[in-house]
Amino acid sequence: MIFATVGTQLPFDRLLTGLDSWAERNPNTQVFAQCGLSKARISHIDTTPTLGVSAFRRHFEAASLIVAHAGMGTILTAAELGKPVILLPRRACFNEHRNDHQQDTAKEMSRLSNVTVVQDQEALHRALDFAVSQEARSILSDGEIVPTELDPLIDVIRDFVWADPSLETAMGFQNQATSP
Amino acid sequence: MFGRKKTAPVVLAVSSSGGHWTQMQRLAPAFSGAEVHYATTDETASEQVSTRNFHVFPDANKDTPLRLLICALSLAWIVLRVRPDVIVSTGAAGGFLAIRLGRIFGARTMFIDSIANARNLSVSARLALNVADHVLSQWPGVAAKTGAEYRGAVI
Repeated sequence: MIFATVGTQLPFDRLLTGLDSWAERNPNTQVFAQCGLSKARISHIDTTPTLGVSAFRRHFEAASLIVAHAGMGTILTAAELGKPVILLPRRACFNEHRNDHQQDTAKEMSRLSNVTVVQDQEALHRALDFAVSQEARSILSDGEIVPTELDPLIDVIRDFVWADPSLETAMGFQNQATSP
Repeated sequence: MFGRKKTAPVVLAVSSSGGHWTQMQRLAPAFSGAEVHYATTDETASEQVSTRNFHVFPDANKDTPLRLLICALSLAWIVLRVRPDVIVSTGAAGGFLAIRLGRIFGARTMFIDSIANARNLSVSARLALNVADHVLSQWPGVAAKTGAEYRGAVI
């Protein structure tokens, strides 16, 4: 099963219609999409506008391939569950987002072994064809992507949470006193 | 020493739904031992946490000024009820507002910009630079050019 998700902020018809036209040519592959606010006519895949956190997780776990906008929730969950993911970044010029930061996210995340980034429907189709053919030979999924920078960040937050407030306040005053 | 009192700090963890929430959940081990309250914009997220300390506020961004006001009022109410010692946010706009409000009541505050912002700080993080005790970027390059700190990343 392919699970597609586009988040909830703005419509993302480029991804949905691209996926729909691919599904039309590949009727043996089941596709389920969380489609957000889209009004596009989608006839070859099952869709739902929104998914609760638990349902989202269930679909994610059941899928063998994820197709999504370059949202960090999706990218992190894919890394955690070791799912291959095809990302089509939203573009501001198509009114798919307020800015082009998904372009940056996708570019940075393309270094992850489970991530494939595509920029248009044609590339999406090629990536889908390739991913499904890989799946047939069952050589997908490297397992969980182990984060290396997570533990230091958690330590910093924990230290901040448990820091002695009186000490921090004293430092605060000091800073104020020395500032011009 | 008899004078040393160490009760569990009260933490208010504020994040929008989606990726912001996912990142907060990844960082949740940092709150073990503390009294943690989650505030987010998607009520179904309560299914993912065991705590009953769960608060919902309306989503908003800089393009929706009226909702932003309602969001701020809602967060003010949450901050007043929770009285956090520490506020940690992974964004977005609501996180900045909570930190701004929390400062008024003396909370210590940390804004962790979403890892999605790989080239620039988000608007919320930039605003937080003037308010929060710490603003963290998850990208060393972004931290270096903005005055935010790099201390690690969720991936």
